[in-house]
Amino acid sequence: MKKYSVFAIAREAMRGHKGWEEQWSSPEPKKEYDVIIVGAGGHGLATAYYLASVHGITNVAVLEKGWLGGGNTGRNTTIIRSNYLYDESAGIYDHALKLWDGLSQELNYNVMYSARGVMMLAHNVHDIQVLKRHVHANRLNGIDNEWLTPEQAKEFCPPLNISKQARYPVVGAALQRRGGTARHDAVAWGYARGASARGVHIIQNCEVTGVKRAANGAVTGVETTRGFIGAKKVGVVAAGHSSVIMNMAGVRMPLESYPLQALVSEPVKPVVPCVVMSNTVHAYISQSDKGELVIGAGTDQYVSYSQTGGLHILQHTLDAICEMFPIFTRMKMLRSWGGIVDVTPDRSPILAKTPVPGLYVNCGWGTGGFKATPGSGHVFAHTIARDDPHPINAPFTIERFRTGRLIDEAAAAAVAH
Amino acid sequence: MLLIRCPYCEEERPELEFRNAGEAHIARSADIAGESDDDFEKFFFIRSNPKGIIYERWRHMHGCARFFNAVRDTVSDKFLMTYKAGEPKPAKLPGASK
Repeated sequence: MKKYSVFAIAREAMRGHKGWEEQWSSPEPKKEYDVIIVGAGGHGLATAYYLASVHGITNVAVLEKGWLGGGNTGRNTTIIRSNYLYDESAGIYDHALKLWDGLSQELNYNVMYSARGVMMLAHNVHDIQVLKRHVHANRLNGIDNEWLTPEQAKEFCPPLNISKQARYPVVGAALQRRGGTARHDAVAWGYARGASARGVHIIQNCEVTGVKRAANGAVTGVETTRGFIGAKKVGVVAAGHSSVIMNMAGVRMPLESYPLQALVSEPVKPVVPCVVMSNTVHAYISQSDKGELVIGAGTDQYVSYSQTGGLHILQHTLDAICEMFPIFTRMKMLRSWGGIVDVTPDRSPILAKTPVPGLYVNCGWGTGGFKATPGSGHVFAHTIARDDPHPINAPFTIERFRTGRLIDEAAAAAVAH
Repeated sequence: MLLIRCPYCEEERPELEFRNAGEAHIARSADIAGESDDDFEKFFFIRSNPKGIIYERWRHMHGCARFFNAVRDTVSDKFLMTYKAGEPKPAKLPGASK
């Protein structure tokens, strides 16, 4: 792997940019690998990267039915934060946040992590109580989060409407300054490049159609559209399709898949300096470096794999955005799209060993997996390499739905998650 | 937005009038306190989440307010049929590919 640097840019500028190499190779699949990762999104590629870089396991294939990063990695609203209520969640999301800081240097790839601050708005007494509870819980866990008055919120984000005449007036806000955004595609590409350089095979357009198990139940490999590929360890990181893959191995999951939509506006000059979220009116917004307003909507109410969603969901979100930012009422929306998110009953992910020996699963990130990408890959690689979970992901088992030891962020984080 | 046929009102109405109520044909045990942890997990948390034909409950909230069942393809979001609550899972589906 040739290192990217200012000298490399200068060198290539001198010779017409003919010397850039492919960022990752596209080899033919081998008959067998030590580890197969199903799904080349951010989480899967990060897992492969840390398997190689931390654990020295390089005989790894990442299988992707479509193209790399073409699922939820390329469809999310790129928000990064770790202000979750429960200790277990704080542990895993802040582990990720610490890895975001420095990720560009580690990968030698600019993932454009920007700690511009995530501000969550309160509109009523209940919001104040919930958000202040988060602020205090976060501080006890060593996570920065602070309470702002409406005036301080407006100072931090000038276009915000804090008029008392608003339908849902802003009565306060919780601000995590270390939160922010990153460039979602670059995260997938950076991890892919780093993994490929260490020998990991990234195989696109290769859909897994079956999971093979030996007589003793252990995994022996996967059937794919490009033939059988053997492996004693298989990690399923398939987002909305995780339960489909797990069903192939005979494991039924506590998951349901829903369409989640997002949209972007026409590009404008810098106007929103941070991320603003409101759980109550349900809208979140930030501005990309291209200048587009990036707006996240809610999920549809029914199970679907259609990667689209109802128009009324977008309208509801835009109503809320215009309420919070009257300045945007005449903005034009350029594009909208949907992704399929896999949601657990307690809205916390599952990163765990499964009842099937050699089969591991990293799923259930629901509507908010992007922020966790580095931490998720890091601890999931540990889980696969050691056949034992990292202390950080040890609570995120499948069995918690039998034992009742839930990590109930469903109630704690409301909708935007 | 989906168009959903309420089998009680016998009309196709927009999705906004309805609430999805999750997977259908999951029976609550008559002796819920006597359920094993395994069985309770299956009843309460485990869902089939199919990519394809799903049997699901809907409620015509802003209409007759009654629950009913529907068969829908989760890839195309197309409804195959709806039927009244309490009726058995249909053995044959109209226009189903499989």
